Amino acid sequence: MSQPETKCWRNDDYAKVTGKAKFTDDLKFANVLHAAPAYSDFVHARIVSIDTSAAEKVSGVVRVLTANDVPGVNRFGQIIRDYRIFADDKIRYHGDVVAIVVAETRVIAIHAAQLVKVNAEPLPAVLDPEAAMLPDSPLVHENHGSNIVNTHIVRRGNVEDGFKQADFVIEENFQTQTVEHAYMETEAAVCVPRSTDGVIEVYGSMQHPFSTRRFVAACLGIALSEVEVIGTPMGGGFGGKDDTAAIVCARTALAAKLLNRPVKMVYRRDWSMRESYKRHPYRVHYKMGVTKAGRITAVQCRIVADGGAYCSVTPWVTWRSTVQCCGPYVVENIHCDTFGVYTNNVVAGAMRGFGSPQMNFVIEQMVEIAAQRVGISGIEFRRRNMVRQGSVTITGQKLDGHKVAMDQALDTVLREIDYEKKLARCAHGKGDADELYGIGVAMSYRGVSLGAEGVDFCAAIINAQADGSIFLETGIHENGQGSESAMSLICAEELGVDVNRIRYRRSSTSNIPDSGTTVASRGTIMGGGSVTLAARELKKKIAEALCEKLHCAADEVRFKDNFICGKADADRIAFADAMRQMWAMQKFPFALGTFKAPRVSWDEHTGQGDAYFTWVYGCQAVELTVNKRTGKVKLLNAVAAHDMGRAVNPEMVRGQIYGGMAMSAGYGLHEEVKAPGGKMTTLNLNTYRIPRSMDLPEMKVIIIENPDPVSPTGAKSIGEPANEILAPAIANAVFNATGNRHFSLPIRLGALPEPTACEEGCR
Amino acid sequence: MKLFVNGKEIEVPASAMQKRIVEFLREDLDLTGAKNACDVGACGACTILVNDEPCRICIKLVKDFAGARILTIEGMAASDGTLHPLQQAFLDCGAIQCGYCTPGMVLTAHAFLLKNPRPTREQIRQAIFKNLCRCTGYQQIIDAVEKAAPHYLSVASGILPDVEDGILPSGPASDISKRTELATPRPPGRMPGSTAGQRPAAT
Repeated sequence: MSQPETKCWRNDDYAKVTGKAKFTDDLKFANVLHAAPAYSDFVHARIVSIDTSAAEKVSGVVRVLTANDVPGVNRFGQIIRDYRIFADDKIRYHGDVVAIVVAETRVIAIHAAQLVKVNAEPLPAVLDPEAAMLPDSPLVHENHGSNIVNTHIVRRGNVEDGFKQADFVIEENFQTQTVEHAYMETEAAVCVPRSTDGVIEVYGSMQHPFSTRRFVAACLGIALSEVEVIGTPMGGGFGGKDDTAAIVCARTALAAKLLNRPVKMVYRRDWSMRESYKRHPYRVHYKMGVTKAGRITAVQCRIVADGGAYCSVTPWVTWRSTVQCCGPYVVENIHCDTFGVYTNNVVAGAMRGFGSPQMNFVIEQMVEIAAQRVGISGIEFRRRNMVRQGSVTITGQKLDGHKVAMDQALDTVLREIDYEKKLARCAHGKGDADELYGIGVAMSYRGVSLGAEGVDFCAAIINAQADGSIFLETGIHENGQGSESAMSLICAEELGVDVNRIRYRRSSTSNIPDSGTTVASRGTIMGGGSVTLAARELKKKIAEALCEKLHCAADEVRFKDNFICGKADADRIAFADAMRQMWAMQKFPFALGTFKAPRVSWDEHTGQGDAYFTWVYGCQAVELTVNKRTGKVKLLNAVAAHDMGRAVNPEMVRGQIYGGMAMSAGYGLHEEVKAPGGKMTTLNLNTYRIPRSMDLPEMKVIIIENPDPVSPTGAKSIGEPANEILAPAIANAVFNATGNRHFSLPIRLGALPEPTACEEGCR
Repeated sequence: MKLFVNGKEIEVPASAMQKRIVEFLREDLDLTGAKNACDVGACGACTILVNDEPCRICIKLVKDFAGARILTIEGMAASDGTLHPLQQAFLDCGAIQCGYCTPGMVLTAHAFLLKNPRPTREQIRQAIFKNLCRCTGYQQIIDAVEKAAPHYLSVASGILPDVEDGILPSGPASDISKRTELATPRPPGRMPGSTAGQRPAAT
């Protein structure tokens, strides 16, 4: 079932397929020192003292750094500054770092880090988010006054009236697990004090170079201009290389600055798993009123997100959950209360989906449960309630100005997988065969980019050279998703030149304006938008400079096939010649493009507003069998259809969707970070089970293109939409196979054995 | 002790014998294509070929490889930089995203296709089972391996020489006695006349 032959374009694939791409740990610097973090064995404790003497005595150890060595600020956070570079007052979770050991070799650093001793008074660990919200709970952050990090609400209509109008009221509790991003490359940093001007160069595996720079500069007490974060190939992020990755860079930079030598710190997988933030586990109480006619009359829900020891981006993650708490369905009476909560569990933060995978697991099962009560198919129920052109969302936003393609995505998937026919074949727990067959579907809509979460703008620089070659740079970071390639393709198309002419410049925080973080599936829409605007600006400059020679007005100049053309076919100048002429005329073919997200609004007292400036729509379906005796689930086939506005690099769009479906399959069936008593036991990829090739089915992707007028390129988002609905589709398919609903993740069936690691080579 | 790495004979200093081979390749030989992502042999990012067999080297020591013939990702492309057809297929099929698993994945697939140039997609799925990828869902990787398979078939049936000097690849050879023939540099194959190749420079 291979896709039709289409060439994929990437600017970095040759380097990656030959092993020439240099990731952070591959970089070599003379005289480099190595650092390793030191943890304590406490989950919640008040620090009395940190004894580094034994570690310092180890031959080869250069220095041990703790909070006392931080010349600037030790506490960080994009929202609340509670995340420590080094634990100072308390240990708040098992992954808190108290010190780093800097040594001549990595082996020595790792050995000595184990000798750092923490003397502390243990405190009762707060591990249950519901209990954490009670007034008598011990506090994780005393000065916050409560363990509640944040609340969000949505109030619209009157839910009491809504439930009175209902013929059925369905009430269920759902629970989702803690999951790890499991990027193949762990957190890593090399920091180099530049001898010429003292600037600290930071090479690292992180998806937010600008927040890394802020963390580093603040930690060292120096100006932003004294830190240069340089783009380095990155082995995956999935939202997970923001806060923790930036803090790893800050610790490494501190060592480099104080010791005036290059320092490398590459995280071992167990450190990465133990310390890095995870996807929030959720508990959701969901109550839905429906009429006999299959209309939703009201939804009341209470969402509790375990944010772990530090705030990170919990208020933003839970905000998206709140805004999207009814999925792509019109609900006129809604009462939603959301709580982000501090506990002594592992920190939770951004992960691909950002609050939507949890809610979609709830909603896409609730609509099926409701449909069953009403006595209609889940598909029919969805059709009667889903958003359409001009619908108003639960936050009062009218969906217009773009194509509302929910029905298109749903219909496309149903047709492709032949859903209705296969639904009739589902076992529902009956029959003699060992393998029970089921098919399931789920769909979603998703607000694009950051929405009312925060500042949302992005820069691009196009710098054409006198020979017609072109430098391009944007504030978007290459996480592995192919953003540099998409930006290059957008630039080439807008300028009417061959893409191989464009050299994507290695990004540096010292060159491009701070354009925020490469998260929220905002790379293509924000970065691509800024590239388009820069290219238009450049074309305007070129047209004004050369229109006279082309015998036309500036606004009549066209750019195509590596030529700049006037009205007549004969009036044309090769792009390279044109650039040479620009230079001769002393006019720089240089442009800065800035794309600002259109206005959004939010009233936190009512939970009403135009939460996002546009939306995307997607649907996925899956076929599977469940073995009656073993409980083993085998995925047979999966189909996805997504409207991402426009597919800039179609093969990479497919890659995003395949990868998103795979990750969501892991979320549905296998993945779970286990931490009894707050101490994590799933510390490597042999016990934390991400999908292997044999766990996944053949997948089919259908790209739907409805170019969005608010996006300069017409393109929107795909990274996260792809990752938020296969788990509920699996849950629905498991129901259709077995007749049993599963309200918690991962779905564990009957005699399902514990996941086993690969049979060879694992310990 | 000697190793034969990408067709080149390497004399291993005694001081390196107790090193993990992944560190020896990455640090001493600067062959950083093999990645060290888990340290426990679970993820396959460190996979190299040892006598044509995939081997996860993050848990193995240098001394265990005496006389072995090693192929790392750096030895897959021709000496002029022309990609091996399997590498080219990875590019054409969009099988690369972050690229961290790619070296191990390409080498695992290469060893598999040398033995089975007529695979089903299910067999390909089985062959790459031990290599984790978090980006792609494996779909386009399987596409790429399937696309490259006919090349291996051509090589196996003698229609096309696999390598520039016309030496056919040996089958699985755990037999160390064969190592003498390997002292000759043996760049891996590419299809004669293939347009597959290096990323063109800006024009």
